[in-house]
Amino acid sequence: MRKIVAIGIAVLGATFAHAAAAQPVQAPPIQVPPAQQAGGAQEDDELVVDLEGGQSAPLPIVIPAMPTASVTATTAGSTDELGRKLSSVIDDDLRNTGLFRTVGPNSARPIAYSEVNAPNYGSWATFGAQALVQGYVRANSNGTLTVGCYLYDMSTQAELLRQGFVVGVGDWRRAAHKCADAVYSRLTGEGPYFDSQVVYVAERGPKNRRIKQLAIMDYDGANHRFLTNGQSIVLTPRLSPDQGRIVFMSYEDDRPAIYIYDMKARRQRLLVSNVNLNFAPRFSPDGRWVLFSMAIAGNTDLYRVSASGGTPQRLTTSPGIDTGGSYSPDGRRIVFESDRSGSQQLYVMDADGSNQQRISFGGGRYATPVWSPRGDLVAFTRIGGGAFRIGIMSPGGGGERLLTESWGDEGPSWAPNGRVLMFFRAAPGSGRPDLWSVDLTGANARKIPTPLDGSDPAWGPIRP
Amino acid sequence: MARTKSGFLLAAALIALAGCTKTPPPDVPGPGPDNGTVVDNGGGDTIRPGSAEDFKRSVMSDTVHFAYDQYDLDAQARAILDTQAQWLLRYPSVRVTIEGHCDERGTREYNLALGDRRANAAKNYLAARGVAPGRITTISYGKERPLALSSDEASWAQNRRAVTIVIS
Repeated sequence: MRKIVAIGIAVLGATFAHAAAAQPVQAPPIQVPPAQQAGGAQEDDELVVDLEGGQSAPLPIVIPAMPTASVTATTAGSTDELGRKLSSVIDDDLRNTGLFRTVGPNSARPIAYSEVNAPNYGSWATFGAQALVQGYVRANSNGTLTVGCYLYDMSTQAELLRQGFVVGVGDWRRAAHKCADAVYSRLTGEGPYFDSQVVYVAERGPKNRRIKQLAIMDYDGANHRFLTNGQSIVLTPRLSPDQGRIVFMSYEDDRPAIYIYDMKARRQRLLVSNVNLNFAPRFSPDGRWVLFSMAIAGNTDLYRVSASGGTPQRLTTSPGIDTGGSYSPDGRRIVFESDRSGSQQLYVMDADGSNQQRISFGGGRYATPVWSPRGDLVAFTRIGGGAFRIGIMSPGGGGERLLTESWGDEGPSWAPNGRVLMFFRAAPGSGRPDLWSVDLTGANARKIPTPLDGSDPAWGPIRP
Repeated sequence: MARTKSGFLLAAALIALAGCTKTPPPDVPGPGPDNGTVVDNGGGDTIRPGSAEDFKRSVMSDTVHFAYDQYDLDAQARAILDTQAQWLLRYPSVRVTIEGHCDERGTREYNLALGDRRANAAKNYLAARGVAPGRITTISYGKERPLALSSDEASWAQNRRAVTIVIS
């Protein structure tokens, strides 16, 4: 796993020991309410990114192309081209949250290198911008790039953020995501999520003979690559917490089994294989265990097995179908679905299988529960009225909200900050699925670009 | 070679029939002109008794269907499985796989479990009719391999199925 080095940046003679130390210690002018708070009273002169949606217009923000002090050729293009591309990625990241109205590098005038840490506030007034993201890019002699990232408050003319990132040239997009993450977090108070990856199942072919391949990409669809060749059906991949492994289900040799794919070795190995149907694998938060389902003679229960293999331990014993398990972020509890009551409903239990309690009581069926990385919510698929929809509720069972309205939305997966969900949406008739994301508020439903059809997305953690 | 195989198959058929107390249904194939000897007449259309083709020709259907989100066998499904059991008892060396399938109106993982239930419902019925369970393997495909391709009740009804496939 390549790690991005966040550095204190030296630009134009100003040196900072740590990026964090460079942030202003005075009371910041931008106040952001926590996500759970309803949009309460706001002072008129306060810069606020409202996460509840519908409360205020998207925040106008200008992102001019990042200049470079000396134009240098790299394998990803010259540094002046890279400066424009970096700003475009930041533009896309912020605009696609639905929380910002961006003026990106195609509309904003180019800035001089000397302007990076001395913004010309007056020149941006015509855009009505309330915030300004500037930065620079430099090619280093060792084949890395240094990307500086600055955020300014237009009204108070205060510097809100100053960070630098050193990346391999091939990882230039990650520097842009890191910068956008820092800006997003600074302005919303939420955790970052742009510098993350998604594993999913890429699909093609006729409905009765779909070809399914494991694939991985950046959260925005960039840097896409296939991991399996499509000879066997593969389903339900999940990234390990350390992002070095993917656990998934495959029909290799016509035997449904659970495999672990090693990202570095680019090889898969069997984790659980026996005469039974083994499916629905999930990593524990510490990456040491895999929760999964095994069907024996028509009865499905939850089990866990060491991620290095061995004998599975049985966790549930109900005569119904217990599946779709997901650990709480602290690893102490599990949310799962069971039809023991007669139809699919959600249950929570302790990680050893004790204290099983039903948490869903609405009409229809509830499936595919997944615990938020923040711990405060469970997302699920709700089936009813001829539709599959994505919803959320508290792990205690209250506060249910449906976020999507569609014929076939299924399989939500949380962004690393617990604010956005990715899922797949199947079309009636063709059955062809696409990947979509939606905000926790139900706003900003967006299709994720993939080269083929896509299903079973699993959002990985923020990258180091 | 052909003679040996023919003799074995005929003997197996006789044993199976001897152990069956019910009158064979009318669609049980009688001994062919060559007593089951494989004859390739060049067209490749000869059906060998005990083969997958023979199974398909001999049973009422290789497929039973289920109601939405259900895995119990109705009267028609039981009648179909009765003919499958009779054929399997006649050819005791033959092994089968039963595939369980679902329509697209269930979630992926639940449907894998439901398909497993359906395949096992069919397997248990065959076992209760005297077919050794060790001859029957099951596999669930959930909603991964539909037969009918539309999103309507007629297609979904066709896709909720357990299919018996002769593998040897």
